[in-house]
Amino acid sequence: MKYIDEYRREADAQKFVAAIQRVVTQPWTIMEICGGQTHTLIKFGIDRMLPERVTLVHGPGCPVCVTPLELIDKAIAIARRPEVIFTSFGDMLRVPGSGDDLLSVKARGGDVRIVYSPLDALKLAQRNPARQVVFFAVGFETTAPGNAMAVWQAKQLGLQNFSILASHVLVPPAMEAILGSPHNRVQGFLAAGHVCTVMGYWEYEPISAKYRVPIVVTGFEPLDLLQGIYMTLRQLKAGRAQVENQYTRAVRREGNLPAQKLIARVFEATDRKWRGIGEIPRSGYRLRDEFAAFDAEQRFDVGALTAQESPLCIAGQILQGLKRPHDCSAFGKQCTPERPLGAPMVSAEGACAAYFSFGRT
Amino acid sequence: MDQQCPIPISDYPHITLAHGGGGRLTQMLIEKMFVPSFANPALETLHDGAILETPGARLAFSTDSFVVHPIFFPGGDIGSLAVHGTVNDLAMCGARPLALSAALILEEGLPMEDLWRVVQSMQSAARAIGVPIVTGDTKVVERGKGDGVFVNTAGIGVIPAHIHVAPTRAQIGDVLLINGAIAEHGITIMSVREGLEFETALRSDSAPLHDIVARVLDAAGEHVHVLRDPTRGGLASPLNEIAAQARVGIRLDEAQIPLEDPVRGACEILGFDPLYVANEGKFLAIVARERAEQVLAAMRGHPLGARAAIIGQVVAEHPGKVYLRSRIGGMRVVDMLSGEQLPRIC
Repeated sequence: MKYIDEYRREADAQKFVAAIQRVVTQPWTIMEICGGQTHTLIKFGIDRMLPERVTLVHGPGCPVCVTPLELIDKAIAIARRPEVIFTSFGDMLRVPGSGDDLLSVKARGGDVRIVYSPLDALKLAQRNPARQVVFFAVGFETTAPGNAMAVWQAKQLGLQNFSILASHVLVPPAMEAILGSPHNRVQGFLAAGHVCTVMGYWEYEPISAKYRVPIVVTGFEPLDLLQGIYMTLRQLKAGRAQVENQYTRAVRREGNLPAQKLIARVFEATDRKWRGIGEIPRSGYRLRDEFAAFDAEQRFDVGALTAQESPLCIAGQILQGLKRPHDCSAFGKQCTPERPLGAPMVSAEGACAAYFSFGRT
Repeated sequence: MDQQCPIPISDYPHITLAHGGGGRLTQMLIEKMFVPSFANPALETLHDGAILETPGARLAFSTDSFVVHPIFFPGGDIGSLAVHGTVNDLAMCGARPLALSAALILEEGLPMEDLWRVVQSMQSAARAIGVPIVTGDTKVVERGKGDGVFVNTAGIGVIPAHIHVAPTRAQIGDVLLINGAIAEHGITIMSVREGLEFETALRSDSAPLHDIVARVLDAAGEHVHVLRDPTRGGLASPLNEIAAQARVGIRLDEAQIPLEDPVRGACEILGFDPLYVANEGKFLAIVARERAEQVLAAMRGHPLGARAAIIGQVVAEHPGKVYLRSRIGGMRVVDMLSGEQLPRIC
């Protein structure tokens, strides 16, 4: 199958593994930002093909994982309302809030539906004028254009029954938060290819220069990751710290300008709380005031809800690369994919779930 | 008589869809609630059907309920699926189907025309197999209390004297085969249900396996150790069950597992692992190594086995676990399905 098979050839993978072995002269620690990359690394067993001196730590780029607990509680409060059709991407449904998850709300009769695009939620709103359709708009820069488009179209159509519960987060401020921490041990980054497809990679150049850290924009197929790891290690060995682009088939330096324009039209930067990490300044998007009518938090008056995390869960340290899933005392015991304590155990992209499902115990 | 529910209420006060998904939660219901409640030797083998010894014959007995939505889908419908499903469960015991029962639960308001189509489909599927539907039942529930039509079938079959297939018979050194490409039923239903449109048409693989299984048994007889149809829960869940019951390791070779491009593409787009997606016309055979090529040839000589392949082996290492050698040569564990597969965000 085109665009897949050529990135999964064993012979080519072995060549990269050999090249990586040649370039590794001392221990290095690399963080892959995106949960999709974590998933590929574990699913294809890449972590076990690398030399022991290369440590991969798994970054915060799992939208399901970093969505704050109180936002899940807000989603659940909204989804329980009889007039609401609550729509979401599939993997948000199993994320535990303080008590419940959205699947349980569905099991007890709430109208919770999986959609594949926010525009499908918009269509639902048009077809069900007597119901309130809410879309759970989480994600990084990757999903922001689609969500912006849905709100934009809703406004053009004058829809009164569509809103989004928004919790967009942004990669560059999170990278700075990790690099600025006194506990940081990340020496190089694989930047998230799909985020860069939208945003480009010029934003990473000042970060790379300021913290003297190599950043390689990397795709999601096995060979993409092996090449991205190789390019990062090559920079580390040479003492370089630059932004390089492995994912040239999808990413340009400036990114997707029409998408960026649409995002800027609908959203504005805001301080955002990250689950397990805390508040990071200007690390998220919220709806601009002129689109406030489409803000579900205001429409359903759930803005004041707050929540407490499970004290057992060390998701925050995992998402910052300070600990790995099996360092957690609850891993595989009190916390499993069926009964997750924290969000990294929920999504296929969460580091804990990837470790659990693919036998990294 | 005041026994406590074995599944702590605090964990699961309600049934969720994942309890019927064929994965870990289904297994928990079976192991913690059903098996201890109904305890008996025939049940405890946890096979696709029970094997009953009677004077002069060994009988296989199995039942299955069908709740698929939509009831008509590319490649089949709930009627043919219900006939195939139970015939296949019998075939997985090594049995030739003798007779089926059919029970229909109909929702008030179901178009008579739809019922007629379902019944005709059951009739033609049963006739093609040569198995009579000899008894049945009909119930109607109020509008809104059902999903159009639910079908239950049960069946009995006769197991030839020299055939002994059971999950516990998987032995170190055995070879694992499958009769064709995986994940077709689950992805087809998913795409119809969710209104997903792909460029290529997807079709369910729903098919009766009794005949191809008979060819395999003719080719290798007692050297066929385990037969299993990987329906809900995909390949991953039954292989985990077999590994656990036989206390052996199973090693899969991803590059050898047949997968058609349209299904593969759909799985890539949705973020689904095809190892966890349902099949309705596929079976796994674990056979003695020296008969593997004969079994492969027998499968390939049948219309339902053109893409049959050897996809793995039974090993001494990691007993109870299933490992997969990925396309690029890395190794990972293939665990049982946890919950339902949910489409990813990005």
